[in-house]
Amino acid sequence: MSATTTVTLTDLTRMLRESAGEEEGVDLDGDVLDVPFDELGYDSLAMLQVIGQIQREYGIRLPDEAIAHADTPHALLTLINTSGEVPQAG
Amino acid sequence: MTAAVVTGLGVAAPNGLGTEAFWKATLAGQSGLAPLTRFDPAQYPSVLAGEVKGFVAEEHIPSRLMPQTDHMTRLALAAADWAIGDSGADLRQLPEYGMGVVTAASGGAVEFGQRELENLWSKGKEYVSAYQSFAWFYAVNTGQISIRHKMRGPSGVLLTEQAGGIDAIGHARRHVRKGTPLVVSGGVDAALCPWGWVPQIASGRMSTVTEADRAYLPFSTDACGYVVGEGGAVVILEDAASARERGAPRVYGEVAGYAATMDPAPGTGRPSGLRRAAENAITDAGLTPQGIDVVFADAAGVPELDQAEAAAITGLFGRRAVPVTAPKTMTGRLLAGGAALDVATALLSLRDGVIPPTVNVRVPAPAYGLDLVTGQPRDTNPSSALVLARGYGGFNAALVLRRTEN
Repeated sequence: MSATTTVTLTDLTRMLRESAGEEEGVDLDGDVLDVPFDELGYDSLAMLQVIGQIQREYGIRLPDEAIAHADTPHALLTLINTSGEVPQAG
Repeated sequence: MTAAVVTGLGVAAPNGLGTEAFWKATLAGQSGLAPLTRFDPAQYPSVLAGEVKGFVAEEHIPSRLMPQTDHMTRLALAAADWAIGDSGADLRQLPEYGMGVVTAASGGAVEFGQRELENLWSKGKEYVSAYQSFAWFYAVNTGQISIRHKMRGPSGVLLTEQAGGIDAIGHARRHVRKGTPLVVSGGVDAALCPWGWVPQIASGRMSTVTEADRAYLPFSTDACGYVVGEGGAVVILEDAASARERGAPRVYGEVAGYAATMDPAPGTGRPSGLRRAAENAITDAGLTPQGIDVVFADAAGVPELDQAEAAAITGLFGRRAVPVTAPKTMTGRLLAGGAALDVATALLSLRDGVIPPTVNVRVPAPAYGLDLVTGQPRDTNPSSALVLARGYGGFNAALVLRRTEN
């Protein structure tokens, strides 16, 4: 369980790597905030895997329909951090 | 009809990773059978296995594929890469729909499946990998090879247990004959986890001997079952004309004949269908038994199965009339990978004109009447080989390989 209330891009890229690896030729540490996930090499199954990890680590539930529209790291982070279900610190 | 030839080999075996390492060890009689280390087998009656050693997956598999593959598929992808490299084929020059993939499987990626099922019942469904949707599946090796190399031609998977490696290559040959220029085939298996182990113990055919050099002795009076291993071989099968056109660096041999049969139901008293499979494959190759220079035996290591195989061989060829060998005594039986590895071994045997030995069997049972190649390789310069395989459940398959002029 995270001790922070906000999931950051660093947290997200770590979970992307752990859940689905890193595509050759893609630098997740670069400016990827607004790059669509499919351009980063993550298909729908990879996203399902990553979202499963987010839900387990942060104890939140994300709606399936919303996930379908969160097609960039920025959009997904906004969804996560406004879900109102991210537990408070401690 | 066009000839289907093998232009590339990729081998991952318990006694050698990579074709030449495997072949060198096989000719030297070096066995890969040892106490199982992949999991603790102490609570099971069988404790020996043929494990592929020295395979560091990260050196062969991109990080994107790591979470969605298990050991079996990683070995298969590496072997496929090697086989494609060995064939010298530039896949970018070939049409996507002109390349297919047909591999053999037994239980799928059971190690992956076991881990996710453990997650399911111990932690809950949220902990099951999304990749469980396909990563365990029987067709996973075919699928991953196909995706990785953009091979969209006719593809499939065959499940006939130990006979699968031959049945897959037989099926790949059909695709080549129907006009697909290149088909990746063979089989790689790895089921060295409890979920893969237990069903094989239930067959009653696994050896419970704990000494690695006494546990798997096919055609011996001391035969006491077999040892299971992991690994196998991937072959590149091509239309002979298109292989020639693209200037393939080598042709290991032609898949000249293939046949499969089923055994009669237990209790009918009728003999095994193995002889008929062998006979049909030899006929399919346009040969007679006299035209076969070496037999790579299925070599179950179970007395009644050894007896049935020896009867099929001597019935067809006569007593001690053809050299018979079982280099799988150095690897164990590799399930879906076993017959594919035997095909690769037979092709190397044709290439180098030498028959690799059956190890640990000091004296074959005289009653079987087999001329078993034991101890040392035999330099008889074979130009044709018959490979036999039987799968649990009554599957028989036979393949005839023939050396071609390069």
